[in-house]
Amino acid sequence: MNMVVLTKGVPDFREGQVSFDEDGHLERGETPTVMNPNDEHALEAALQTKVRQGGTVSVMSMGPPGYGDVLREAMESVYADDLYLLSDREMAAADTWATAITIATALEEMEPSPDLVFAGFKTADGETGHAGPQTCWAYGMPIVTHVVSLEIDPDEERLRAKRLVEGDIEEIETVETSLPAFVVADPEFEPSYRRAEHRLRHRDLREETRERAADHEEHMTVWDHADLNLDPDYIGLDGSPTVVSSVDPIPKAPAEREATMVDPERDEEMRQVFEEMAPLAGGE
Amino acid sequence: MTERERYEAVVVGAGPGGAAAAAVLARNDVETLVLERGVEAGSKNVSGGLLYAEESAPYAIDDLFPGFREAATERPVTDYYLHNLAGDRVETFDITDLHEHDTEWSDAVLRRKMDSWLAERVHELTRETGGGLLTGVRVNGLLREGGEIVGVTCDELDPIEADLVVAADGVNSELARDAGLMDWEEPEEWFQGVKAVVDMPEGAIDDRFGLDGDEGEAHLFSGDLFEGVRGGGFLYTNEDTLSIGTVFHLDSLVAEEAEPHELLDALLTHPLLARWLDDGYEEFEYAAKLVPDSKKVAHPSPHEARLVLVGDAAGQMQAQGPIIKGMNHAVTAGALAAEAFSEARSRNDPDAAGDLYERKLRDEGVMKKLRPPRYRAVRALAEHDPVTDALDAVLESPVGRFGVRALGDRLETLYGSPFLSMMVPDTRTPYVTLPTVIAEELGERIGGENDVDPPDLADRIGDLTYDVDVGNPHIEVDDDSFAASGDAVTACPVSARDFGGGCYREETVRTNGDERTVVSLDTQPCVECGTCAVVADTDWEHPRGGKGVEFRQG
Repeated sequence: MNMVVLTKGVPDFREGQVSFDEDGHLERGETPTVMNPNDEHALEAALQTKVRQGGTVSVMSMGPPGYGDVLREAMESVYADDLYLLSDREMAAADTWATAITIATALEEMEPSPDLVFAGFKTADGETGHAGPQTCWAYGMPIVTHVVSLEIDPDEERLRAKRLVEGDIEEIETVETSLPAFVVADPEFEPSYRRAEHRLRHRDLREETRERAADHEEHMTVWDHADLNLDPDYIGLDGSPTVVSSVDPIPKAPAEREATMVDPERDEEMRQVFEEMAPLAGGE
Repeated sequence: MTERERYEAVVVGAGPGGAAAAAVLARNDVETLVLERGVEAGSKNVSGGLLYAEESAPYAIDDLFPGFREAATERPVTDYYLHNLAGDRVETFDITDLHEHDTEWSDAVLRRKMDSWLAERVHELTRETGGGLLTGVRVNGLLREGGEIVGVTCDELDPIEADLVVAADGVNSELARDAGLMDWEEPEEWFQGVKAVVDMPEGAIDDRFGLDGDEGEAHLFSGDLFEGVRGGGFLYTNEDTLSIGTVFHLDSLVAEEAEPHELLDALLTHPLLARWLDDGYEEFEYAAKLVPDSKKVAHPSPHEARLVLVGDAAGQMQAQGPIIKGMNHAVTAGALAAEAFSEARSRNDPDAAGDLYERKLRDEGVMKKLRPPRYRAVRALAEHDPVTDALDAVLESPVGRFGVRALGDRLETLYGSPFLSMMVPDTRTPYVTLPTVIAEELGERIGGENDVDPPDLADRIGDLTYDVDVGNPHIEVDDDSFAASGDAVTACPVSARDFGGGCYREETVRTNGDERTVVSLDTQPCVECGTCAVVADTDWEHPRGGKGVEFRQG
């Protein structure tokens, strides 16, 4: 089973990490780049498949050379075998369309060709959720989105997945498709290791990967547009049909509730809290 | 449906007993899977802290795991003292000779460090057989087919079949109870220990005990400082910390309604301890453990079909007078069980492993140490209240006191006798009356103030690490009446009367004009010692793999 996980480096939007300027614009230089949080679920789905079925996992990303660290992070969490970075000025400032064309071409370039491609459910910066399905369309394979659990039948070359219908955990359907296929893991994806042999293999992989990740650059292939035989007019900014006319910061929502600070040491203040809360406990 | 997983041997629990069993199995090319419920081996384990290698035992842990002492233990015990206490009078006996009897070496240990080191070796050894060691997996029962034991069931994994199941799952072994081999019925069959691992400033242990870095001490304490509860205290020197604890007969704790943490504080704040501790006293960890009394519960036939019990799971914890040995017996038993299985397997009769294991325990002299025949004779005579009362009355009378004075130094020699230590009855005489009289008659007053201010129970609980399995309590109270379960309020080491932050609380419930005193339980602060399984009416299980308390020292 040859698997590829697509990942993206995004600004670390966690409190304390992210910086905005006075106008509310992201200060890219001041904000560290991390692996897109949703991609973790894609990595987990790939790892589960590798542990259960064996095979190799490659992690692929498109971005500046500095994305090597993001790929190393991905390598550590998915115990990946090798890394692919699509990095080239011509690829820069691509919208999801141009990104999809680039990645799909890279997937075609891979030897041996992938049986399964995994991606997370939308990135934390663009939040479009388009790049995955567009890549899949450009490459030409079936896609299963919002996957919460996954079984592979390598002999029959089929996958069976449980997926959320309308993104709702209340409604789950089971779908089957042939391989190769594209799987978008939902944040609700839960890897399951119910056999000791799987957990032992998981442990082996972790130990193997620790050594590999230490010099991850040895395992990284960097491709530019020439390597992929891509026409610069169809990738990057030039190949992006999306036009960004302006960016407006999202205004802060006005606070609807009023906060009162109380000192827990002061009985009188705690009594007020109690009196405020007592009616709620009564179901009112 | 995929096929059921199967290993030749499944070892449940990665303490010293499980580690020894797994190592010997692996060396005999038995495909061995080790399942440990803690997030790491040692995270669920507590012991007072002395590990012995006996000259007469067929196995010692450093033979099975080369480099063990260098990597996994603390200081060796080079001097051993017993302190008889009465008020501020102390009479100290040097019992190093007794300690060294049949002892190849003896080291203080901290279980997190020791067991996690062992687990790494065990994983390497067993992985080569096709098995390995997994943490965070709780085995919750025996897998049976047509009434026969064929493997184990787990919380985290699908059922696993095995030709041999080694239950090394500790004092509260759920497998031993599933098989009906052990129970939690009688408080007099158990001890309960609590322990503080105490931080010491750099160099303080060498300075205050007068030691070189490669020397260590053990101290025992008995007398009148524990409110008449039968038991005693201990202090062992680790590399940079001290293990200080108290161990009491559980029936006595219950009868006296004593609070275990207060008894520990009584030791910590005794004037004698002021020579080692000061107002900078700081605890790394408070822990507790139920300890089986092998004299009463060591199972003479610890096996059932494919299941064998080793270590605490089989009640193999020897506590006779000042001799306290558990881990070494677990190592021997684990290794013997593994040996028995490999021999039985090579004769194409793996089901004979249990009987062979039982024979080996007997032939190698293990059972004789765990259940000494001499103790049985003494018990028949001495463990009756009228006898105890008479003996105590004599000891405390002018006649007895004269006898103690007349014996003088010879008492130290008598205390150092391995022969006599086998016969110490479980009454208040040896634990309380005799040491008190000895200290009163022969002891010297010790001056000085003890400035130790031990943390209260809330702080001790607050310092522990828990991964709470919210909404899934592992213990349930079956009968919440105070008569059935009230003893847990005091006996539980993380509960106390008039303390709301512990596991067990006494509550008054008014319904329809009726007033009833009941016991309520919150398992969040639980240290998984098992005390309440014995003294209260509970449905007791371990938490799921990786959940519950996580000891950093142990």
